Amino acid sequence: MSGILNSSIGRKFAMALSAFFLMIFLVQHFAINILSVFSADTFNEASHFMGTFWVVQYIFQPILILGVIFHFVMGMILEIRNRNARKIAYVKNNGNANSTWMSRNMIWTGGVILLFLGLHFYDFWLPEINTKFIEGDMSGTLANGEYRYFEELQHKFVDVWRVALYCLAFVFLALHLLHGFSSAFQSVGANNKYTRGLRGFGKAYAIIIPLGFIFIALYHHFNH
Amino acid sequence: MKLTLKIWRQKNADTKGKLVDYQIDGIEGDMSFLEMLDVLNEQLINKGEEPVAFDHDCREGICGTCSLYINGEAHGPDRLITTCQLHMRMFNDGDTIHIEPFRATAFPVIKDLVVDRSSFDRIQHAGGFISVNTSGNTIDANAIPVNKHDADTAFESATCIGCGACVASCKNSSAMLFVGAKVSQFALLPQGKIEATERVLNMVKQMDEEGFGNCTNTGACEVECPKGISLENIARLNREYLAAELKG
Amino acid sequence: MALDSKIPEGPLADKWTNYKNNINLVNPANKRNIDVIVVGTGLAGGSAAATLAELGYNVKAFCFQDSPRRAHSIAAQGGINAAKNYQGDGDSTYRLFYDTVKGGDYRSREANVYRLAEVSANIIDQCVAQGVPFAREYGGLLDNRSFGGVLVSRTFYAAGQTGQQLLLGAYSAMNRQIGRGKIKMYNRHEMLDVVVVDGKARGIIARNLVTGEIERHSAHAVVLGTGGYGNVFFLSTNAMGSNVTAAWKAHKRGAFFANPCYTQIHPTCIPVSGDHQSKLTLMSESLRNDGRIWVPKNMEDVLAIREGKLKPTAIPEENRDYYLERRYPAFGNLVPRDVASRAAKERCDAGYGVNKTGEAVYLDFASAIERYGKEQATVRHLDVDDKALVKKLGQEVIREKYGNLFQMYEKIVDQNPYEMPMMIYPAVHYTMGGLWVDYNLMTNVPGLYSIGEANFSDHGANRLGASALMQGLADGYFVLPYTIGDYLSKDIRTGKIPTNTPEFDQAENNVKDSLDHLINNKGTHSVDHFHKRLGKIMWNKCGMARNAQGLQEAIVEIAELRKEFWRDVRVPGTQNEYNEELAKAMRVADYLELGELFAKDALHREESAGGHFREEYQTEEGEALRRPEFQYVAAWEFKGEPKEAILHKEELKYENIEVKERSYK
Repeated sequence: MSGILNSSIGRKFAMALSAFFLMIFLVQHFAINILSVFSADTFNEASHFMGTFWVVQYIFQPILILGVIFHFVMGMILEIRNRNARKIAYVKNNGNANSTWMSRNMIWTGGVILLFLGLHFYDFWLPEINTKFIEGDMSGTLANGEYRYFEELQHKFVDVWRVALYCLAFVFLALHLLHGFSSAFQSVGANNKYTRGLRGFGKAYAIIIPLGFIFIALYHHFNH
Repeated sequence: MKLTLKIWRQKNADTKGKLVDYQIDGIEGDMSFLEMLDVLNEQLINKGEEPVAFDHDCREGICGTCSLYINGEAHGPDRLITTCQLHMRMFNDGDTIHIEPFRATAFPVIKDLVVDRSSFDRIQHAGGFISVNTSGNTIDANAIPVNKHDADTAFESATCIGCGACVASCKNSSAMLFVGAKVSQFALLPQGKIEATERVLNMVKQMDEEGFGNCTNTGACEVECPKGISLENIARLNREYLAAELKG
Repeated sequence: MALDSKIPEGPLADKWTNYKNNINLVNPANKRNIDVIVVGTGLAGGSAAATLAELGYNVKAFCFQDSPRRAHSIAAQGGINAAKNYQGDGDSTYRLFYDTVKGGDYRSREANVYRLAEVSANIIDQCVAQGVPFAREYGGLLDNRSFGGVLVSRTFYAAGQTGQQLLLGAYSAMNRQIGRGKIKMYNRHEMLDVVVVDGKARGIIARNLVTGEIERHSAHAVVLGTGGYGNVFFLSTNAMGSNVTAAWKAHKRGAFFANPCYTQIHPTCIPVSGDHQSKLTLMSESLRNDGRIWVPKNMEDVLAIREGKLKPTAIPEENRDYYLERRYPAFGNLVPRDVASRAAKERCDAGYGVNKTGEAVYLDFASAIERYGKEQATVRHLDVDDKALVKKLGQEVIREKYGNLFQMYEKIVDQNPYEMPMMIYPAVHYTMGGLWVDYNLMTNVPGLYSIGEANFSDHGANRLGASALMQGLADGYFVLPYTIGDYLSKDIRTGKIPTNTPEFDQAENNVKDSLDHLINNKGTHSVDHFHKRLGKIMWNKCGMARNAQGLQEAIVEIAELRKEFWRDVRVPGTQNEYNEELAKAMRVADYLELGELFAKDALHREESAGGHFREEYQTEEGEALRRPEFQYVAAWEFKGEPKEAILHKEELKYENIEVKERSYK
């Protein structure tokens, strides 16, 4: 088992595992965000629970951050190694004939998502950390005693440029997932009679989740 | 028909190559692509120029020697064929055709369009076999029945001709379809199961040492494979490898 | 020099066992000190290299391809025979032996053929143990199909890619030994001479085809598994690189060349489409299991077809001439290859050929599709009268059996063979002749062995389908590893063979002189130009039907062409680089010599037998007329010029088979 990460297959297995983890996280993230459309109160309660429950904060959150960093770093390592595997490029290459644009450009779609994560952390995560751990305010409330989460959320989506950037990033997330979802299954060796169905499900997932996020962003932009 | 050919010319492994333009006329649709190159070479020789070096042997799509990257695709635009089975009827009068060697760091160019694929052989040396001596005193061939579905699937994997189109087509120059096919053939047969663990570990280790890239599941290899070896083989390779790593 | 075939004494069935019980063996410690060179890595060479290495010898293996896996054995399609009698249809070692000798028109050596039949069953066991995925039945046991010239189903197969699967099996056995360091593999190397020291083969001169370097390699014995010489015809089903050079150089170093005129013209190949043609593609003989061969009965239909006005499917049954079924009711479409080829030629010569050039006949699957379709419909409880359904089901069955062949045909001819009958015509496929060898598979040069298609021994004047794979693997896996030990047992004290001796110098200089000449010649015509001209002479005058006048002309024309070649050939580039034209030139130079001996042999053999058909010697019905006075192997000794070769006869004795009229009626 030692050195599995030194082997090509070990690395792609690890990529797939981190991808599964991130895809599950996306569902969870989406599930809580969509609450904001239906009920500010429920959204606030859920957010407060997630933001203060120690298992989430001290176990899941670090794992998630490590997962993101791992997925990104390993992706970069693989990309560099893969580029080295063909030092002289083709003069003419017709990639569209045999593969999708998404499958060939995971590094770019992933890169855009990473840039977006920078913005997203700046928008939400850093203020949260600041409030909770630097200022030490674990109450989750505003000065008026009400929960601050819904308020902050709506406030962020006032700026049209930010909303546009978010939407664009979700498009890239969709492109990334359109290949990534089924690719992760293939990487762990799942290719059988269920594969067809799984591919269909993967496509649906890759479109519905980002579309949902876009919907939430637009909803709050127009309803604040 | 009349064609413009843009062909990669490279003196040897140590020199730089470049695309050179050639005009050719009188090509018929019934000619194979390699016969078109024969015509070109005959003309070059008669003009006192060096003919284009390209690999070819059986010219019936089974030896796996021919290896041209034509208009941006391994073995050209047709499907389920090798370069030697590509016919000129796939092209139109006046077309420009790009012809390059299969490119990968693990497939260094020897000359012009000829590449060195001995890295494939070395992967097979590492484990592409069942360790039985050729005594003739093994058990009777019918002593172990093999489920027809498994036998057929093993056969499909075993039809790989080792041409390297998978590597050439893969944006990462990954050899996993090739390795997956061999690992699958043996993994599916009872005879091969005994050494399955060491086999997959050794073959993957050698594959990595040869400098092939990693698979990112683009599926290009499956599309361009002249024998239609499916991606299932890579999934099986992944399973076999992970199971082997767990067993240690 | 008298030819001693060294056939062991005793009853036929016990010869091989007795032989093995009495030969000298080399102990394992001594094997480590003995080197063996194996040239060629097809079924024979590959299996021999692997087995010798397993036994403990140091093996150096050579192939001109970029990998041993690409040897042309890989292209064999239909199957491999073995006397397993799994079908319980009356097969036995004796019957396989009998069929092979009869199929070879009583021109092969009894003892060798019996041994071949005897070890055939082991081949299947061995290959299955190696993981060769043969076709299986639903019960999980091995499936069989039938082949031409026999009345039992004894052919094991892996779709239409049996040669590929068997070669990959031998290649895997080699890989294991290469990995262990017991085989040193030399890819992209061409053997250009044999080195004979004190009358024994002690090494080879080889050219590295990538760098052009000339290399000396020594060994205690040299094994040639370098295949046949069908490419002497330029157009054949052989690979472009297949060549006679190794065997021919051995011949020039003293090894006798036996029966060069025995050439198999395979009946089911894709017809020639034009002058640009570089090679011919075989459609497996197994197709004759289900395909029916015919031409139209009426000349007006033939003409209409050629003009494109009529489709073959529109010709009613009563206007079709299923000429094989008509002439040979017992074997029908499954007559041996030589008979089927000649029958096709006969119809085409009479003007009934169905393509533009008039050189094609139909191979029709319509009735098989209908038969299988009905069978499937019955099994699945569907409507057997639904024609479209029956056709669809039948096509599925055909696709499973021959899918890859049908696909290959469609790619080349651009016609769908599921709907339209295939067009086929005979083409040069296999050469039964080759280096003369004794029972030990050793040529008359001590220490020089020849196995597989490169030797002459097992197929007589005609080879039965699915027997080439059997012979290649039998020689390599099960025969040579025993017989070579007997010879090498005398070499355990010899020590390493030095390569700095005058014999190596002389051989290397020989090779270098030829290469120098070719490169510096700067003539006006390419190598292919001469090869194509040679091919035309061979096909027209030494092809499917031969006569004295044509053969005499051929001898003169080939000699002239050879002179012109050396005077006028142009080989571009230099010696010290990858230079395919130079490699080709060396091969064609040898074909230009072999062709002459080929014609001489055909001229001297005043009879018709198997693949050798002399127009002067035929029965009233146009069948081959064998003559008892030619019941011998013609082994030729090189004497400076090919046409000056001296004939040595090895009389063939049949003690266990009655020599009869070979009838398939």
